[in-house]
Amino acid sequence: MTTWTMAKALNRGLEAAMVADDKVILMGEDIGPLGGVFRVTEGLSARFGTDRVLDTPLGESGIVGAAIGLAMRGYRPVCEIQFDGFIYPAFDQITSQLAKLTARHEGSARFPIVIRVPYGGHIGAVEHHQESPEAYFAHTPGLRLVSPSTPNDAYWMIQQAIASDDPVMFFEPKSRYWPKGEVDEGESAAPLHTTRVVRGGTDVTLVGHGAMVSVLLQAAEVAAGEGTSIEVVDLRSLSPVDYGPLLKSVEKTGRLVVAQEAPGFASVGSEIAATIAERAFYALEAPVLRVSGFDAPFPPAKLESLYLPDADRVLDAVDRALNY
Amino acid sequence: MADAPQHDAVSVQMISPEGRFEPNAAAEEFLPYLDRLDEDRLRTFYRDMAVIRRFDAEVGHLQRQGQLALWVPSHGQEAAQVGSGHAARPQDSIFPAYREHAVAKIRGVDLIDIVRMLRGLTHGGWVPAEHGNFHLYTLVIGSQTLHATGYAMGIALDGAPTGDPEKDEAVMVYFGDGATSQGDTNEAMIWAASYATPQVFFLQNNHWAISVPVSRQSRTPLVDRARGFGLRSTRIDGNDVLASYAVTAKQLDDARAGRGPGFIEAMTYRIGAHTTSDDPTRYRGADELKFWEARDPITRYRHHLEQRELADAAFFADVESEAADLAADTRRRTLALGTPGIDLIFDNVYAEDHPVPREQKKWLQDYEAGFGEAR
Repeated sequence: MTTWTMAKALNRGLEAAMVADDKVILMGEDIGPLGGVFRVTEGLSARFGTDRVLDTPLGESGIVGAAIGLAMRGYRPVCEIQFDGFIYPAFDQITSQLAKLTARHEGSARFPIVIRVPYGGHIGAVEHHQESPEAYFAHTPGLRLVSPSTPNDAYWMIQQAIASDDPVMFFEPKSRYWPKGEVDEGESAAPLHTTRVVRGGTDVTLVGHGAMVSVLLQAAEVAAGEGTSIEVVDLRSLSPVDYGPLLKSVEKTGRLVVAQEAPGFASVGSEIAATIAERAFYALEAPVLRVSGFDAPFPPAKLESLYLPDADRVLDAVDRALNY
Repeated sequence: MADAPQHDAVSVQMISPEGRFEPNAAAEEFLPYLDRLDEDRLRTFYRDMAVIRRFDAEVGHLQRQGQLALWVPSHGQEAAQVGSGHAARPQDSIFPAYREHAVAKIRGVDLIDIVRMLRGLTHGGWVPAEHGNFHLYTLVIGSQTLHATGYAMGIALDGAPTGDPEKDEAVMVYFGDGATSQGDTNEAMIWAASYATPQVFFLQNNHWAISVPVSRQSRTPLVDRARGFGLRSTRIDGNDVLASYAVTAKQLDDARAGRGPGFIEAMTYRIGAHTTSDDPTRYRGADELKFWEARDPITRYRHHLEQRELADAAFFADVESEAADLAADTRRRTLALGTPGIDLIFDNVYAEDHPVPREQKKWLQDYEAGFGEAR
């Protein structure tokens, strides 16, 4: 066991993947000597050289489009998109090209590309630097999408994503880059596409991903003080969703609140709510409730605490579920 | 002429529109590359151009008869495609747009696979590694330029060129004048220059992006624009198969030798419609069409072969009969194409097991089985 920040855990996970397979290369803006704007690739350029850590020209479509060509050549590119809100110039290359190319080749080619996306709010940043665009990509067949919430998951999931022969969108909750957590370098915690119960409880189930998991744990702690037992599920994988543990939890508690920073309309939370309603209808004591960012553009940073779901907003939903 | 501002640059020309071998001054540095062509090869160029034109016409008819969703004619662009296609070496990789039927044939693609795609039976059609490294068609304009550049970056990352042109690889990517306005095409040139990729950008300037003239895409000759990115750039008479061959051969060999990426602007013309859904009479004049029909690449090259006494009537009759056979064969095989099964929807959405397509495939199979008969 060792104690790292998530940024450090990702750095070590990338390093381990690069040691394990010399076809793994990193591509992105400012990821070389600077180590990326979040320092996730710190030191990797010095260790592996500029042929494996490519400081690219500034162009997100170029990064992903060139990664596709490199994958056709046998490489396993790991692309860094500098911030969530900068991913859209690459949208065609991700959704129309990368996501479809495995199917278009009918089995004759594979596209093992990881696209790392620092995402989410809570960091007081300027416009386009705090968004949660995961629904666009979870909606697109051909892509896998995961998001770790702890340093240990980050360390293992980045290696698992790189080992996958499919394109993986790897959403990194940037507000969780700096808190430290225990990392077990010896053994992988769980397969990539699995949800995990991170706190046991009996009255209400809370599910979320990325930075939201720590908010849910806070809410559970507060609720425990008031006599409510809350089970918290860390989604970890948004495409595919591992519904098994979630269904089991809902069958026990009868109440589910889905929380996310992203706007709620047509979101991953909507999909989970609909699926649980279809598959656990008779277990439910209350409608599945969603707590989301509002359906408005992410506001200027001084208003982000009003926009982002916090423990109180989650607990408000818990109360509504309990009192239904 | 819709393309007046485009005429400021000189094009490499080997054969005059009348078929005489009259290389212009711009052609001089490329002349040695013609020495690679023996008489058989010279005749093959004609054969490939004539045969693909007949195939193109036949599939156009099949579309009109309801056998294809869409057809994309190559009529008029055969010299640009056949010359450049033959200039590529076996180890090279080709990234087409979606009109390069002649290049597909040269690289070993079974043309029925292109028909299958446009009939609605596949989104792919062939295995590139088994068909001359000719990659799949790409319908989003310009997206393939970045794939080509990434692939070429991979060649460079795999190691420095050995200096042996029989072994060192290069990449060629095809696109049209419309694609030069796309961000991806411009990014691809930036990346290619930045990483000094072994790559040639082959622009077929056919003067029209569906209904929009090239003068709307650029007010300067596109050959000049490429120079601004730091690419070695040459404009050619795209209806001159020898110019297309020689310039592409030099550009590819320069690229494979580590001299960085190149760019070729082939001035040609889309004689037919953009696709079978298009109606060019709505946006371009008969005079322009007549001008270009008089510069037909196949007629020009036939005159050239005749003047050099490289081909006789028997040869042309043989080509005619091969073309007719291919057309008949294509018609017969098109009508015999079946319908793909449910597998095609689900089986390769992901390379590794994924519960969603797996479960949805099972659901659809059971649902279909519920009707009591195979559908």
